[in-house]
Parts: sequence; structure tokens; C-alpha cells
Amino acid sequence: MPRIRPIRTEAIVLRQRPLGDADRICVLFSPTRGRIEAVAKGVRKPLSKMSGHVEPLSRGQFGLAQGRSLFVITDAQTLDPWSPLHDDVERMTEALAMAELVDRSTDAEVSSGPLYQLLRRSLESLASTQSPAAVRRWFTLRFLDQQGYQPELDACVRCRTEVGPEGNGYSAVDGGVVCPNCHGAGHGQRLTSPVFRLLRYMRRSSAQSTAQVRVDAQASAELERHLSMSLEQALDARLRSSSFAEDLARAETIGRSAVQSAAESEREEQRRAAI
Amino acid sequence: MQRSPATAPTIARLIEAFHRLPGIGPKSAQRLAYHVLRAPRAEAEALSEALLEVKDSTRLCAVCQNITDADPCAVCLDPQRSDSTICVVEEPLDVAAIERAGVHRGRYHVLHGAISPMDGVGPEDLKVRELLSRLGDATVEEVILAMNPNLEGEATAGYLSRVIGAMGVRITRIAHGLPVGADVEYADERTLRAAMTHRVEVDREEGSD
Repeated sequence: MPRIRPIRTEAIVLRQRPLGDADRICVLFSPTRGRIEAVAKGVRKPLSKMSGHVEPLSRGQFGLAQGRSLFVITDAQTLDPWSPLHDDVERMTEALAMAELVDRSTDAEVSSGPLYQLLRRSLESLASTQSPAAVRRWFTLRFLDQQGYQPELDACVRCRTEVGPEGNGYSAVDGGVVCPNCHGAGHGQRLTSPVFRLLRYMRRSSAQSTAQVRVDAQASAELERHLSMSLEQALDARLRSSSFAEDLARAETIGRSAVQSAAESEREEQRRAAI
Repeated sequence: MQRSPATAPTIARLIEAFHRLPGIGPKSAQRLAYHVLRAPRAEAEALSEALLEVKDSTRLCAVCQNITDADPCAVCLDPQRSDSTICVVEEPLDVAAIERAGVHRGRYHVLHGAISPMDGVGPEDLKVRELLSRLGDATVEEVILAMNPNLEGEATAGYLSRVIGAMGVRITRIAHGLPVGADVEYADERTLRAAMTHRVEVDREEGSD
């Protein structure tokens, strides 16, 4: 068997899973080699010198040697720990959604320079932004564009007439904006003028600029709906991490209702004791 | 695992059973199987009885969700322990580790896992509801989050902070930093940052002796 030379590559750690008692399998995303699964040996032991350098949602320089079935990480050095993505659960949730998208849409040994740069720029923006959801939505649109599912925003996807900002619809199945006539005929979901303008703005602007645009809750929800439907259409599946985003959004309500139900059961007990 | 024709099928079955245990490779499985074979019958019987007993007589404590053979468990029944503090951990083994250190005299709550968004493991898959039901009255004043300092642990702690924060209970998180015996030169940036952020005052009286 020919001996494979050790590899040295920069990569973003997308995810990890435990292996045996002390190891982890890390999924790395490299600009030159795409998705790489590599074993990080001993990283679950408290004195491991490597454990902090192979944490998901960080960028590092890795030495890899070909093992029997997977690569083995021989050395790792963090280049960018992106600490805010770990310290703030909201940023973390958005970063995980991006990482899951890349994890599910890339193959091993396929050079993925543009997607790598997109993910890197987006995670950098996410680490410094005040609007994590806006950065993730920008990433989603750019991801769709890069992967060949670019939503059409200039002409109607059904009749090819050029569209203005008013009265349009959006059809994830047909792949973009639907003109007022076709929308009136029952095609696509309502696409309001602010969301149409924002989609066009996102396409020509950076993540940082997009994050600075003020968007009300209603427009935010509409944009989220259109993008996630386009994404589901492209992936033919729903992102797993999106359920956690929903759990997180409900967290405070769950806490408050737990207090209310405890108070109600206390009142009920007092009432029964009085009887 | 490949079966050798020279190994009797009953021994091969035992080797395979040991090999399925975590951390047991094919060689260790073989050694264990032959050890059982050579050991006195009473030892083999004691092992098989212990295996069956652990399956038959253990359950989850209705209060803290730790594995126990008496419900509520000994820790939940101990009157010497404080009811005002609950230490939340991911796994039953974490309770054992903290108890060995003898640093917590309050109660525990075992979640039986951690939130892992990319694997589809959410709060509904853990013992979160059971934890919230313990915090409803004013008895519990502090919840200590003792999750592992990794992504799943951070996600779990972040979620619990939001839920418990809305209940008005004080939440603390165990400190992060360098483990005993570690080298500063090999530490990653996040660990060093945490260690620096949570640095403590050196006691001058103690240092002057």
C-alpha cells in the first residue's frame, strides 16, 4: 500500500462526536480538501493538550495523518477561537445552523474554497454582531446562491416579466419571486415590499451592512419563512439545529409558566387545607 | 469481530459480549472471557447475579433523577444536606465525581445528557421538566450549572439560564480554567481567557509564612 504523506491544512471545526472512552471524531472543513473526518486522540482526558484546539466553531491549523479508516489529528493550533460564539447561546445557535448547513452539503476531498471563505466571513461577523439572526439569514441567502439554488429576485419565476417591489409573491418551489399577476393567480406566498427590498439588499451587501438594517419582527418572521422554505427545498430536509432555535425562543415563557403553575398548585393546596 | 474456528462458540459469545462494553477492545474482551472461564464457579455466579440485579433493582430517583435502588435516593433523603442549592449535572457519573471531591453539600439534579442541536437532542429529551418542577417554590435559592465546558455543555447551560432566569432563581456556573497539572504554554485561548477572567486574589497572610 502506498504511504500517504501527512497533511497540513487550515480548517473550521464543524462538529464533534465521542469515540471510545477518551477520543473524539472531529468533522473539519478545509478550503482545499472539503469535509474531513479525523480522530482527536485523548481529547476527553482532563490534561489533553489538544482538547481546547479542536472545539467546534473555531478555526485552526491541523496536522493530519492517514489512519486505518479515518485521519488522525497529530497536532492542532487554534487560529481563531471565536469565543463570543461559545459564550452567547444565541450566537452559538446561529453558528450551529451555519455549520450544519455546510456539514450536510459538502463532501470529502472536494476543494471548497468559496464556501469556506463564506463560512469563515460569516462566523467572524457573527462573533462581533449585535444581530446574530440577520447574519445567519445573510449566510443562508449566499449559501443558496453558491450552491446553485440562487433565488430569482429580478424577474417572475413563472412568466419571466421584470418585477417591481409591490404586490409580489415568493415561491420556494419555483425558486424565487412571483409577479403580482402570477401571485394573484394563486402562485407563491405573499412577499411584502420591505422584505423584497431587504432580500435584494442582502444579495449586494456584506453581512455587517445587512446586520445594521433595522427589521421589524413581522418582516423578520416573513424573511425567515421564505429563506427556510428555500433551504428545505434545496436540502430536501429541515435543519436539526433549527428546533433548538425555537426551544431557545420559548425558554423564558417556559420559565414564567413554571412559576405560575407552581403558584397555582400552592394556592390549590392552601384551599384544600382550608376546607 | 472475527471469530476464530479454534475458539469454542460459547467462549466466542462471551468475548463478543465483553467487546460490546465501552472501552473494551478485542484483546481485553478475550482476556476477560478467559479470566471468567478459569475463575471459580462462585465468582462467575456473583458476576452474573450482579449484572442481573443492576438491571432489575435500579431505577431513577423521582426527585433528582439519579440512578438509585431506593426511591428517593440517599442523597435526596439526607437531612444534613441543604435544600437551598441544587447542582445540575449531565450524567450520574458526574454526581459521583463531585461527591468524591466533597465540595457540594446541597442536592443534585441529573439531566441524563446535554443539548446537542446538530444531533437533534433538545431540552425535551432531557430531565429539564423535572428540574423546573423542583424550582417552583421558594426553597431553592441557587442552581449550580455543572455542565461540561464543551459546545453541548454551553448550549445546555445557555438554555437553562434562560428558563431558570425567568423563574427568578439565582444561577451560577462552575468555573472554567486550567486543570491541576496542566501547562500554561499548551492551553488554548478560550481556557486562558476563562482562567484570567476568573482569577482570584492571593491571600497575603498565607503567602508570607
